[in-house]
Amino acid sequence: MIGRLSPPARAARLALLLLLAGIVTFPFLFMISTSLKPQSEVFASGLALVPQHWSAAENFAKAVTRIPMARILMNGVIVCASIVVFQIVFALPAAYALAKLRFRGREIVLALVILGLLVPIHAISIPLYAAARSLNLLNTLSVLVAPFTLSVFAIFLFRQFIKSIPDDLILAARSDGLSENAIVWRIILPNAWPAASAFAIFSVVAHWNDLYWPLISISKTELATPPLGLLFFRAAEAGDDYGALMAATVVITLPLILFFLAAQRLFIEGMTMTGLKG
Amino acid sequence: MLRDGPLREDLMPEVLPPEDLPPRGAPRDAARGEIDRHEARAAWLLSLPTLVLMLLLLVLPCAALVALSLTDAELGVPEMHFLGLDAYLNLLTDRDFIRSFRNTAVYVGLVTPASVVLGLVLALLIEAGTDLRAFFRSVFFLPVVALTVAMASVWQYLMHPSFGPINLMLKLVGLPSVNWLGSSDIVLPALALIGIWQAVGFNMVLFLAGLAGINRDLYAAAEMDGARSAWSRFWTVTWPMLGPTTLFVVTITVINAVKVFETVATLTQGGPAKSSDVLLWTIYQEGFVYLHVGTASAMAVVFIVVLMALLLVQTRILERKVHYT
Repeated sequence: MIGRLSPPARAARLALLLLLAGIVTFPFLFMISTSLKPQSEVFASGLALVPQHWSAAENFAKAVTRIPMARILMNGVIVCASIVVFQIVFALPAAYALAKLRFRGREIVLALVILGLLVPIHAISIPLYAAARSLNLLNTLSVLVAPFTLSVFAIFLFRQFIKSIPDDLILAARSDGLSENAIVWRIILPNAWPAASAFAIFSVVAHWNDLYWPLISISKTELATPPLGLLFFRAAEAGDDYGALMAATVVITLPLILFFLAAQRLFIEGMTMTGLKG
Repeated sequence: MLRDGPLREDLMPEVLPPEDLPPRGAPRDAARGEIDRHEARAAWLLSLPTLVLMLLLLVLPCAALVALSLTDAELGVPEMHFLGLDAYLNLLTDRDFIRSFRNTAVYVGLVTPASVVLGLVLALLIEAGTDLRAFFRSVFFLPVVALTVAMASVWQYLMHPSFGPINLMLKLVGLPSVNWLGSSDIVLPALALIGIWQAVGFNMVLFLAGLAGINRDLYAAAEMDGARSAWSRFWTVTWPMLGPTTLFVVTITVINAVKVFETVATLTQGGPAKSSDVLLWTIYQEGFVYLHVGTASAMAVVFIVVLMALLLVQTRILERKVHYT
C-alpha cells in the first residue's frame, strides 16, 4: 500500500497478476483462436491455440454474410449515437434548472427523477411495448431509441456536477445578457464536459450491450442491433459451427473493444465516475 | 455489467440531500418578485421537454403497469377481468415464479461475494506496486466492455461438454468432465461464473477509485502506532476506509446480478427443465412469449419492489454504519 516493494514481493505481485490476467483473457484467446480454425479442428484439436489449417477466411465470410453484419453494426452505431445525443440534449437543461434555478415544483421533478432511478426499463417494457405496437413503431429504428431518450440518471449525474460550478460564472453570464437557454449550452455544457463525456461512455456501453428491449421490439434481421444480430446468427446457424460463431463474436465485439483500447483512461474514469456518483 | 443488466442507471447510492437552496443574485426586495418569476419561468421552460418525456416514458407506463398487474389481461384477448390483489396472491402459489425467484437469489448469492472479493484483491494487488499498473487495469476491465451476448457464446464453446477447452483442461489434470450448461445442478453456478468474470473488472476499478481516495498519511500514522505488516495496515486503515466503497460495490453488483438476462437468453433459455429460469427471463416469457400481460405485469411490479427493497437496505446501512469521511 505504501513505499517500495522488496524485489521478491515485486516479483510475486507480477506473477500473481499475470496469472490472473491469463485467466481473465482466456475466453478472448479462445474466441480468436477458434475463429481461425476449421470445424474439424474445433472438434478434435483440443487446447492448441494456433490452427494447423487456417479457416479464417471461410469463418469470417460466413460471419459477415449469413446475417447483414455491416447493416447490424451500423444500426448499433446509429441507435447508440442517437440515444446519447437525445439523452444529453434533454437532460442538461433540466439538470441545470434543478441545480441552479429556484422554481415551484422542483421537488416534484426531483421525486420523478428518483422514481425513474428505481424503475428499470425491463419492468415497464410491457406498457412500452403495447404503446409502440399501437403506434405501429415495432420493427423501426425509432423504437430502439425512443424509450431511452429520457435518462433520469443523466439528469441526476449532471445535477450533481452542475451544483459544483461556481454561481459567479452564471451570474456573470446573466449580466452579459445571456438567456438561461444560452447559459446551458455556452456556459454549463463546456464546464460539465467531464460529466457529459463520462455519461456518454457509460450510455454507449450500456445500449450497445442491451438485448432486452431489441429482443422485444425488433423481429427483422436487418433492423437488429449487434446483440440481437448475434442471436439471429445463432438461430440461422444450425449445429455446432463454432468457427463461424466465434468469427461473428469477434466482429461484433471488436468495435467497442477498439474504442476502449483507444480511450482507456477516458473509459475507466468515465465508468468509475458514473459508477460512484450514479 | 454494463453488461449487464443493461442499465446501471437505476442505482442510486446517495440520497439527495435536503434541499439546499440554489443561488440567486441579491436583488432588492422590490425587484425580487419579478426576478423570481422570471427564474421560475425559465426553469419550467428548460425542464419542459424532460417533463413531457417523464410523463410518457415513466409515469404513464408505471401507472399502466400497476393497472395491468391487477388484471388477467392477455395480449390479443379482448376481455379481461379485474383480479385485484388476487393477482399477487396467485404469484405466491405460482411454482414457476417461485423457482425463478429462488434461482435469481442463488445466482446473486454466488456472483456477489466472489466478484466483490476478487475485485478488491485485484485492486489491492494493482495498487501494491508500480509495474504495469495501467496494463493490468485495462486487461481486467476488458470483459466489462465486451458484448455480453458475444462473450456468452464464447463461454458456451469453452463450456462445451465434449470439446470445450475447460473440460479438456479438467481431463488433463485427471478430473471428470462437467456438463456445465446442460445439467440442472451446475447450470446456475456455470452462469454465475460468467457473471463473476464480467463483474470483477468493474468492481476492481471502483475499488481502485476508493483506494485512491484514502489519505496516505493514515498509513504512516498506523505504522507509527505499531501496524508494521501490510496485513495489519490493511485491517486498521484500508478496510475501514473502504467501507462506503465496499457497500456501494456490493449494492451495484447485487442490482446488476438481479437483472441477469443476456446470458440466460443466449445460453440456456431458462433450461434445463427451468433450472436457470431467472426473474427477467420469466417476465419476458410470460409477457412476450405466452402474452400473459397481466401476470407478467404483476411479476414486474414484484421485481421493482425487490430492487427498491435492496436500495432501501443499502441506504439504511449507509446511514447507520459507514461514516468515515
